[in-house]
Amino acid sequence: MPPSTVLVTGASRFVGGQLAARLAADSTIDRILAVDAVPPRQELLRRMGRAEFVRADLRNPLIAKVISTARVDTVVHASITANPRGSGGPGRNGRSAMKEMNVIGTMQLLAACQKSSTVTRLVVKSTGAVYGASALDQAVFTERDEPNGIPPSGYAKDAVEIEGYIRGFARRRQDVDVTVLRFTNIIGPRIDTVLGRYFSLPVVPTVLGYDPRVQLLHEEDALAVLERATRAPLPGVFNVGGDGVLLLSQAIRRVGRIPVPIPELAVATVGWLLRSAQLVDYSPEQIRFLNFGRVLDTTRLRTEFGFVPRWTTAQAFDDYLRGRALRPTIDPEWITTAERCLLGLASRLR
Amino acid sequence: MPEARVIRLHRPDGGATDSERRRAPEAVEPAEAAEDQVTPRWYGDLADLLAFARRRLCGDYGVDEFGFDPDLTDHVLFPLLRPLYRSWFRVETIGLHHVPAEGGALVVANHSGTLPLDALMTAVAVREAHPAGRHLRMLGADLLFRIPLLGSLARKSGQTLACAPDAERLLTSGELVGVWPEGFKGIGKLYRDRYKLQRFGRGGFVSAALRTQATIIPCAIVGAEEIYPMIGDIKPLARLFSTPYFPVTPFFPLLGPLGMIPLPSKWYIEFGEPVRTDAYAPDSAEDPMLVFNLTDQIRETIQQTLYRLLIQRRNPFLG
Repeated sequence: MPPSTVLVTGASRFVGGQLAARLAADSTIDRILAVDAVPPRQELLRRMGRAEFVRADLRNPLIAKVISTARVDTVVHASITANPRGSGGPGRNGRSAMKEMNVIGTMQLLAACQKSSTVTRLVVKSTGAVYGASALDQAVFTERDEPNGIPPSGYAKDAVEIEGYIRGFARRRQDVDVTVLRFTNIIGPRIDTVLGRYFSLPVVPTVLGYDPRVQLLHEEDALAVLERATRAPLPGVFNVGGDGVLLLSQAIRRVGRIPVPIPELAVATVGWLLRSAQLVDYSPEQIRFLNFGRVLDTTRLRTEFGFVPRWTTAQAFDDYLRGRALRPTIDPEWITTAERCLLGLASRLR
Repeated sequence: MPEARVIRLHRPDGGATDSERRRAPEAVEPAEAAEDQVTPRWYGDLADLLAFARRRLCGDYGVDEFGFDPDLTDHVLFPLLRPLYRSWFRVETIGLHHVPAEGGALVVANHSGTLPLDALMTAVAVREAHPAGRHLRMLGADLLFRIPLLGSLARKSGQTLACAPDAERLLTSGELVGVWPEGFKGIGKLYRDRYKLQRFGRGGFVSAALRTQATIIPCAIVGAEEIYPMIGDIKPLARLFSTPYFPVTPFFPLLGPLGMIPLPSKWYIEFGEPVRTDAYAPDSAEDPMLVFNLTDQIRETIQQTLYRLLIQRRNPFLG
């Protein structure tokens, strides 16, 4: 059954806003309500077309009123974010605001959905961070795997808690189809993510002696997955990620950046400096991720959900590089030129 | 403004992707080299080396989901281990035909030698002496992956954490997996206990093989016990460094770094008759009695092979 009235949260940011724009282009959907505490930028608002923007803070019970008056049948919760920048309401910023938006916002939204008699489908953009990252973990996580101890703080802990509330909701409202999508790190030419900003630093700080595996998902694939889950009932938990992995060192070389390995003991200080300089979010869990990395198994996504990502990890990363027109610190041209020169020299010698 | 010309936002050749561009010169070189009939060998080697350096610097190589980097393993790690394998330990392999050329299989071997050189030598044996040149994907202890540098190097060389999900994933994807079920009990045992097999874990490797219906190949390694004859274990120091043991050999820590040179014992690696598990139902992994029996059977096979090889050996260093 296709949805008739869809509510999308997180409309002022890339995933929510672009998803609303995609849904607005489909005439079979009657109404699209795009919700966020801050209005989207003009350009995004224009793209959203006939989707209606509703300025509402998820932490406020007002959201229940929005759902009941518009008789929303499908709720897409795309506002959960690891990006502390601009996640708070107007004038607010930072980690505690992010946590509040993520956790309290989800609780309010779930409470509203539970009260509603019209909601039949809930799609949640969750994250692979729920699996944590440690040396004691298996190499690849499937949806059945439990995290190896709940992360002590930060975004990963929020995500674990949020999924707990969603399980509770699914238990109480068994008539609602709940789809939980656990995304790997999303990257692409347009989306602004923590990892995207990290790779655009001129010199990239890494943790000395660690080289994590990084699995990426192209922004277009992320939107396509969310759109598919919005259109058809596909209840369950699904890992979403591109094929293959890149090692962090390899990714840094592909950007042509210079890695700066930092001893583990100094990482916290450097992370704090970078965070205060507003350069990049380098939180403790980000650092844990930079130690061990994480790879998700996407077999269920292909078989049960019926989606095959169009971009592999490496392709998504290369598309991000091209789209951002990042100028490499070390140009691959120089390397090929050097190689050719040396070979030319050698061929004269032989 | 000469700098202005350097910034190229749009590639001059438009459509070609970065990796295509990177690969382009590589495709040219062999053709150029083929023009001359007499190409000295060093020239080819240099071309290979430069191509390798370029691939590494541009990040243009493949890594699997476990973090295994075959390019690095074959071009850096194996060339470093080869002299140790050929000249220092003079490893002889027996029964390598028992290792299948393709498909998932589990090599189970005895562990010894204070440092896990036996695992590395087995990997070299399977890669270099086996006609199919297979990569041995080893299952390592969690301690290994917690150590900076070593942990990431272990992943790049194809190792992964010894846990059921990883073992089963590797076996189902048709990899040759190596496991040393004695773990630290085997590698950290004293010299007087040499060639006495320790407990074989809890039989997790048998369950993994049963679940994936992979063949188990028992493997006996003789010679590794003599490389660092461990005569003592300083427990307080081990606790201090949070390692499972702190070895004392006749030369370590007495001679410091010099004491870390392994003694040049003569090695034999024998691969035994494969134990097939496809006759059992996949859910027989839930039958603890069967798992125990199979574990014992494999352990006994390895122990008997060790005794036989030891009787045939006249001298630990000359073979």
